[in-house]
Amino acid sequence: MRVVISGELQQRIFDQMEATYPNEGGGFILGDAEPDTLTVRDIMQVENVFALEEQHHRYAMRPQDWMRLEDQADERGLSLIGYYHSHPDSPAVPSEYDREHALPNFVYIITSVMMARASEMRVWRLQADRSRFDQLQLQID
Amino acid sequence: MAKIRIPTPLRAFTDGAADIEVAGGTVGEALNNLVDQHPELRAHLFNQDELRSFVNIFIGDEDIRFLQGLDTEIEANESLRIIPSIAGGRSLGVEN
Repeated sequence: MRVVISGELQQRIFDQMEATYPNEGGGFILGDAEPDTLTVRDIMQVENVFALEEQHHRYAMRPQDWMRLEDQADERGLSLIGYYHSHPDSPAVPSEYDREHALPNFVYIITSVMMARASEMRVWRLQADRSRFDQLQLQID
Repeated sequence: MAKIRIPTPLRAFTDGAADIEVAGGTVGEALNNLVDQHPELRAHLFNQDELRSFVNIFIGDEDIRFLQGLDTEIEANESLRIIPSIAGGRSLGVEN
């Protein structure tokens, strides 16, 4: 399984994550799902609604945002294939908190933002038994 | 029958279907009917008999946690929706 994203969309994620630093930012990934390839077609920035004093290490979005963006994706003939968020001054590796809140069949793009600069992007997917994440190949197109 | 809208990542467990018709007079009965029809959903919706903390059930724009939870009564043609809470965050050094 690989995930393909354009350089432009990757840069939009990097710009958002640097703008929200030192807090976490995030949003939804819309795209096409094929058996071996997930192609990112668009990203939708979503406000972090976690308590402000915790946003340096936590990200959350409202259920109403999910409803709105899932309906938009369905109307556009796209799928909600995952979500992205940042780890400020921390590696682009899922935490235990990420795993507890993760969904199967969803890709998780994590961007490490070190000293206010987006430095690395990695993509992960939860195993079906919820035991751990597997890292997926990321292709910048 | 009532119907439940399935969130996109869980549609892999409903043969791709977005809406599933379910039987039951309460939200809990409807969800049990749903997982009886599609057993692979259970692990992602329930932790034993409790809804997982990141699983929200909405009737219209109302979260059932602010109604009567799983005991909330539903009409025969009610539309329910499963909405995951999306959350994430870096480790502070004690989790990994």
